[in-house]
Amino acid sequence: MKMVTAIVKPFKLDEVREALSVIGVQGVTVTEVKGFGRQKGHTELYRGAEYVVDFLPKVKIEAAVDDAIVDQVIEAIEASARTGKIGDGKIFVSTLEQVVRIRTGETGKDAL
Amino acid sequence: MTPTPTSLAAPTGGRERPRGALRPLMARHGIDMKQLFIALLFTLITAGFGGAAFAQDAASAPAAAAAVMDAASGAAAAAPAAPAAAPVPNKGDVAWMLVCTALVIMMSIPALALFYGGLVRSKNMLSVLMQVLVVFSMIVVLWCLYGYSLAFSEGNAFFGGFDRIFMRGLFDAATGEFTMGATFSKGVVIPELLFLAFQATFAAITCCLIVGAFAERMKFSAVLLFMAIWFTFSYVPIAHMVWFWPGPDAYTSKELVDGLNAKAGWIWQMGALDFAGGTVVHINAAVAGLVGAYMVGKRVGYGREAFTPHSLTLTMVGAALLWVGWFGFNAGSALEAGNTAVLAFMNTFSATAAAVLAWSIGEALIKGKASMLGAASGAVAGLVAITPACGNVGLMGAIVIGFVAGFACLWGVSGLKKMLGADDSLDVFGVHGVGGIVGALLTGVFNSQALGGPGVVSDWVTGAVSSVPVMEQVWIQLKAVAITIVWSGVVSLIAYKVVDMLVGLRVSEEDEREGLDISAHGETAYHN
Repeated sequence: MKMVTAIVKPFKLDEVREALSVIGVQGVTVTEVKGFGRQKGHTELYRGAEYVVDFLPKVKIEAAVDDAIVDQVIEAIEASARTGKIGDGKIFVSTLEQVVRIRTGETGKDAL
Repeated sequence: MTPTPTSLAAPTGGRERPRGALRPLMARHGIDMKQLFIALLFTLITAGFGGAAFAQDAASAPAAAAAVMDAASGAAAAAPAAPAAAPVPNKGDVAWMLVCTALVIMMSIPALALFYGGLVRSKNMLSVLMQVLVVFSMIVVLWCLYGYSLAFSEGNAFFGGFDRIFMRGLFDAATGEFTMGATFSKGVVIPELLFLAFQATFAAITCCLIVGAFAERMKFSAVLLFMAIWFTFSYVPIAHMVWFWPGPDAYTSKELVDGLNAKAGWIWQMGALDFAGGTVVHINAAVAGLVGAYMVGKRVGYGREAFTPHSLTLTMVGAALLWVGWFGFNAGSALEAGNTAVLAFMNTFSATAAAVLAWSIGEALIKGKASMLGAASGAVAGLVAITPACGNVGLMGAIVIGFVAGFACLWGVSGLKKMLGADDSLDVFGVHGVGGIVGALLTGVFNSQALGGPGVVSDWVTGAVSSVPVMEQVWIQLKAVAITIVWSGVVSLIAYKVVDMLVGLRVSEEDEREGLDISAHGETAYHN
């Protein structure tokens, strides 16, 4: 099992969710986050005061998936979240040791 | 004196001793409460001082309006066949002034409170709302107790007297009669109590304006104590100096003119024009704010952390409400529902619009983008600048004043602010100081009939108007501005020092970081 964590542009969230549903991902967790990468922040000006905003709003999508579909998931996110401009985000994949469905007590692949 | 010891001691003495883990927190609050009581005690002492003087003065000196009446009856005595009928207020004038008074109340609460509140960080939102609301309320009470009397009854050139202390002589409960007060037109009166109410809102909003300069770091008790002192020794005398005069009806013959003029306030006697409070309200408050910003010191993290306004939406709501309320402030300063009110209304309307455009254009040219905060600030800048001018300048003059103020105040909050080096949190000096000075000086320019202005009264007996040469009037205006700056500056400096010694000006760094909402008031503006 793998944990796929994608940081994407907020307005791309719906497209990513759609694409993941199509390939059978049963559920995701979404968090509004801020961060910085190669995309530069912007400056905000309030009367005489100028502030550089380094941390830009992004959406973090976490999906726990079976090893069998992890490549499909990555492709789906890549395709749906891409605008081609700097700031499109990143996808991190890590190994997931255990999953438990709380309601039934199922574990591992059955719990995904 | 009122029996203060028992009433003041009761809340602290009666409180149950805190126990256990809560103790340090409660103890800290105990200190704050003590300071608050010191502030209130001072207020009561000031009032008590007024009361004592009142007792001494009770028998002497007639009130301003009574003086007007006396003069009128003096004229009647000269022609005994026709006894002068007591002037009756016009219901339209009374209705108009009641509405204007309510509009100016709206300018402080909620308009100014929201305008300021939106500009601070969310952790200090309630502290700003609270400071504006409580300062407003406290000043209204002080105004009724002694402020009105010291500002608007006859005294010397700097302070009024004690004739109207505790609102004495305005309403006779036995006969149900109200004393009439003068307006700017001969034979036109309004109840003097209504004038007191209208002017109460001016005194209160002036003090509220200062709050913006030291927002986000001053102790609540220090704010209140400072306001009580500053109101008494700066607002009240400046209002007297600029606005007190015996009223038009008193001027019944040429021989009386010099004697009557000598009873007026110092700056009024110079011939300075301030229709609705450029000096009295805006410059006065702005200087107090700037001195405060220096004395209280910069906010923790100033220049390093981003002090982003937490809700420009509320700032816009506040600015828009200010604009509406300002019609009461400016047009109401005509004191009657007549032509001058219409002139002041239109000038307030157009100058503000011009200033919004000017600020937006200035920002777009200099910074590349026109901002909402800039446009809202431009509106306030225009309103401030047209305040002394509104009934004193012509229609195009007002638009020019608004335009100049928009650009000038944009500089006030950027270039000038850097030069001054003070953390004037919400740019009270940049907007109200610069706008007030620009407005006061340009009033001297555009008052001239050659430039479309209405001119000034040159014959007090007939009420005839003429123009003072522009440079001469501007020089008078400049003197009025300078006196106000020095007076308010000195009073503020002393007042902040006194407050610092008595209760301390500033909250602890820990409290400041936590935010004044929780640390000073124990509540939070937004929950989610």
